[in-house]
Amino acid sequence: MAEISLVDTRNALDPASPLAVRGLTVSYGEKPALFSLDATFPAGAMSAIVGPNGAGKSTFLKAALGLIPRVSGEVQVFGRDVDRVRDRIAYVPQRASVDWDFPTTAIDVVLMGLYGQIGLWRRISGQYKARARACLDRVGMGEFADRQIGQLSGGQQQRVFLARALAQEADLFLLDEPFAGVDAATERAIIDVLKSLQADGRSIVAVHHDLSTVPDYFDHVMLVNLRRIAEGPVRQVFTAAALSETYGGRLGATQIDTLTLQGA
Amino acid sequence: MGAEFVQFSLTPILIGIFAAIACALPGNFLILRRQALIGDAISHVVLPGIVVAFLVTGTTATGPMLLGAAGAALVAVVLIETVRRLGKIEPGAAMGVVFTALFAGGVLLLEQSDTSSVHLDVEHALMGNLEQLIWLRADGWGSLVDPVALAALPPELPRMAIVAVIIMVLTVLFWRPLKLTSFDEGFARAIGLPVNVIALGLVATAAAAAVAAFDAVGSIIVIAMFICPPAAARLMTNRLSMQVAWSIAFAVLSAVLGYVLAGYGPIWLGAAGSVSAAGMVAAISGVILLLACLFGPARGRVGVAAGGEAP
Amino acid sequence: MGPFLEALTFQAGYNAALVAIGAALLGFAAGAGGSFLFLRKRALVSDAVAHATLPGVGIAFIVMVALGGDGRSLWGLLIGSAVSAWIGLLAVEWMVRRTRLSEDAAIGAILSVFFGLGIVLLTIIQGMSRGRQAGLEDFLLGSTAGMLFQDAMLIAGGGALVVAAIWLLRRPMTLVAFDPAFAAARGVNVRRVDLAMMGLVLAVTVIGLKLVGLILIVALLIIPPVTARFWSQRAETVVWTAGCIGAVSGWVGAALSASAPALPTGPIIVLVAAGLFALSLLFAPVRGVAASLMARRAFQRRVHRRQGLLALSRAEPIHDPLTLRILRREDLIRPDGVATDTGRAAAAKVARDERRWSIARQLHHDTALTGRYDGLTPIEQVFTPDEITHFDAAIGGPNLAGGT
Repeated sequence: MAEISLVDTRNALDPASPLAVRGLTVSYGEKPALFSLDATFPAGAMSAIVGPNGAGKSTFLKAALGLIPRVSGEVQVFGRDVDRVRDRIAYVPQRASVDWDFPTTAIDVVLMGLYGQIGLWRRISGQYKARARACLDRVGMGEFADRQIGQLSGGQQQRVFLARALAQEADLFLLDEPFAGVDAATERAIIDVLKSLQADGRSIVAVHHDLSTVPDYFDHVMLVNLRRIAEGPVRQVFTAAALSETYGGRLGATQIDTLTLQGA
Repeated sequence: MGAEFVQFSLTPILIGIFAAIACALPGNFLILRRQALIGDAISHVVLPGIVVAFLVTGTTATGPMLLGAAGAALVAVVLIETVRRLGKIEPGAAMGVVFTALFAGGVLLLEQSDTSSVHLDVEHALMGNLEQLIWLRADGWGSLVDPVALAALPPELPRMAIVAVIIMVLTVLFWRPLKLTSFDEGFARAIGLPVNVIALGLVATAAAAAVAAFDAVGSIIVIAMFICPPAAARLMTNRLSMQVAWSIAFAVLSAVLGYVLAGYGPIWLGAAGSVSAAGMVAAISGVILLLACLFGPARGRVGVAAGGEAP
Repeated sequence: MGPFLEALTFQAGYNAALVAIGAALLGFAAGAGGSFLFLRKRALVSDAVAHATLPGVGIAFIVMVALGGDGRSLWGLLIGSAVSAWIGLLAVEWMVRRTRLSEDAAIGAILSVFFGLGIVLLTIIQGMSRGRQAGLEDFLLGSTAGMLFQDAMLIAGGGALVVAAIWLLRRPMTLVAFDPAFAAARGVNVRRVDLAMMGLVLAVTVIGLKLVGLILIVALLIIPPVTARFWSQRAETVVWTAGCIGAVSGWVGAALSASAPALPTGPIIVLVAAGLFALSLLFAPVRGVAASLMARRAFQRRVHRRQGLLALSRAEPIHDPLTLRILRREDLIRPDGVATDTGRAAAAKVARDERRWSIARQLHHDTALTGRYDGLTPIEQVFTPDEITHFDAAIGGPNLAGGT
């Protein structure tokens, strides 16, 4: 080994990447949930974060956004500190993370996505309401605008969340399990919207749990199980060996074969 | 309703109304955040606060009392948060530990110090003295425009009115952040809202309402108004703005009906004297909540048969 | 002997001794009984129960006077308080079940409304000719002054009965408090056990009314269990530890109160319990603040050290100042940032273990074992030497320990 100094003060994270992390460790108590994770998501791509339950997928998004403290590591969004570019990020939390019994309507939830632009005190003009309505229309929820959110089905709730993210007009969309517990029609609708966002040059990073759809939906994938197992274009990374290492005994060999055959 | 009403009932009713509104407004958000009992905790620690203030200053003047109560509320909130975080204890239990211990400290200090000469006791802190906040200088509705009579208004009235107005203004000003952080904290943080500051601000506002109100109306009304009108309102509607409007209506109704029933109810029943107005206001708010539980159009949980219909 | 020691050793008079024994038994019953509520995360239900006793006290007094008695029989008042507390409890359950309100809102509503109602009744009683000296206000904060022999016996006997009931019901109650779904699957009637828990809490509250009052009895139901939780991870140990903490608080508090004037029993007992709580919060091993701060720091250092070594093994640059500081202090890198021999060896071991883990995940399909990877746990702690040799064989290639 050559006598190289490891002290490095240059910025090693790719400034072109919409989301890059390095050495990210997060723990709940004494148990790491993510350990020394590096990742660089490409711009203008649909990226998936894949791994078994409890592998730290949602934790990754939350830590990247600074919602939970990190033990070590750095995060950059568009080459800058996340606090300075929050207006360029749209975050869709897990559906189960909020109280759907809350007294509010679908259109109100979408308007929350516009708070950043309207400001906290200015009156919500008709122009903003029209924009919120357009976002609801885009996810096929226009007719439910005035429905209390608790009275919507799981898939409809997820669409409302996506509409709120659309309203933010962000460049980076971070979605936590957008397809969890939704019907097939909703899944189709969501993926169509995401693909059209990508066509507009936006970047998407989604936590995803359905391995069979990864090759169809995504260009780039990070396999994670506490640490990064592999990351790269789906074609290269979504291999039997990597999946087996990510999931251990939780996936049968035949299952993995079918998956990667589809991907190849 | 003539001079006698203005003299003996108008000011207590108004003070009751303002106190009820001041407490019910933050109560709406506390209930939605599952923090309803923070109001209970704050009202308990008001006692040690005023006792300490009395021991330090030696007077029962309003200023030091309010400062002491506010200080105690602040200490309690900080302690609850500390115990919850550092001890990893669920919020309910952390609250229970802190407010009961502080209350016990307050009672002990009270017994240890010689307060027999002044009007300072546990019952006063609990029940307030709404009935005594009368306007003796008034001689009819005309007094409302008579500067001399107005100067003799019980000072609790303008104080409570100012606090209620401030809380109303704050609620309107911070409506969006309050709504968003109560509904979806993760999203609120992600767009960069100072979620913790907003949460602390809400609790501080609740504490201010409790502190301003306890002296006039006692802790019972404070706790009841934090919870009952907003809870009943939640069962009436599925819109936050409507819920807040209902809660104000219920708070006002409880205050007016409670005071009137406490003062005149026994007479109507043929008995002499009157009963505690504070207790009665709390009881009426309970009756309203009971009715809302039975008949409120949005009483059921989503997916439960009794649920409200789609608007 | 000072008066405090006298009281502590039951030599300060017959009545004082009885009060001390009663307080200790009550403290034990409250601590143990409250534990189940605390473990079930419903600690503040006791607040609603306690406040809901007040209207019962008032109604019992009025009824007893109407029947021609003098209304001050402790038995009668306690029965009245138990009935209204039970109604309050059922009202909380009803609201949570029937409406969309959450339990905390229901608790707050019931406690304030019942308490308000109680105050209304007290003012009615003060207006009655017999009501002036009823002394019902004592139930708010408790009072040992003027306590009769049979009152003390009632408290001591009731406390002993509750302790016995807890002993009999400890298994199902622990099961339900810990994991209600599992308990239900095992055929335990969760609702009935829940009601039994509530019944015990209610009994403690009613018995404690005279001694510590309805506001402070809540403290005895909550503080000892929370304190005990710092000292044990096992549910049943928490229950008995909480009982002991409650008993000590009751005993010491009663003795303190008997040894000096103007030291009311209830608040003193609560403050003794709060003192024990504060000590535990700060200094308990493992869960105490001091211990967990130290553990947190040690953990953070382990993470940074490990990450630093991983970076060394891959010859990657290190940016994190804390990582650099730790590596320098342990002499793993030189001040100029170049790895030392020790550092290189340590990095090689880390790299080899990472590869072993990677192989383990592919070969070993027991996720219970491979799932124990957390970046920090040494592989030797999870797998046997034979298995590790097996992994090394799968890695293939000699000279792995030498690093790159």
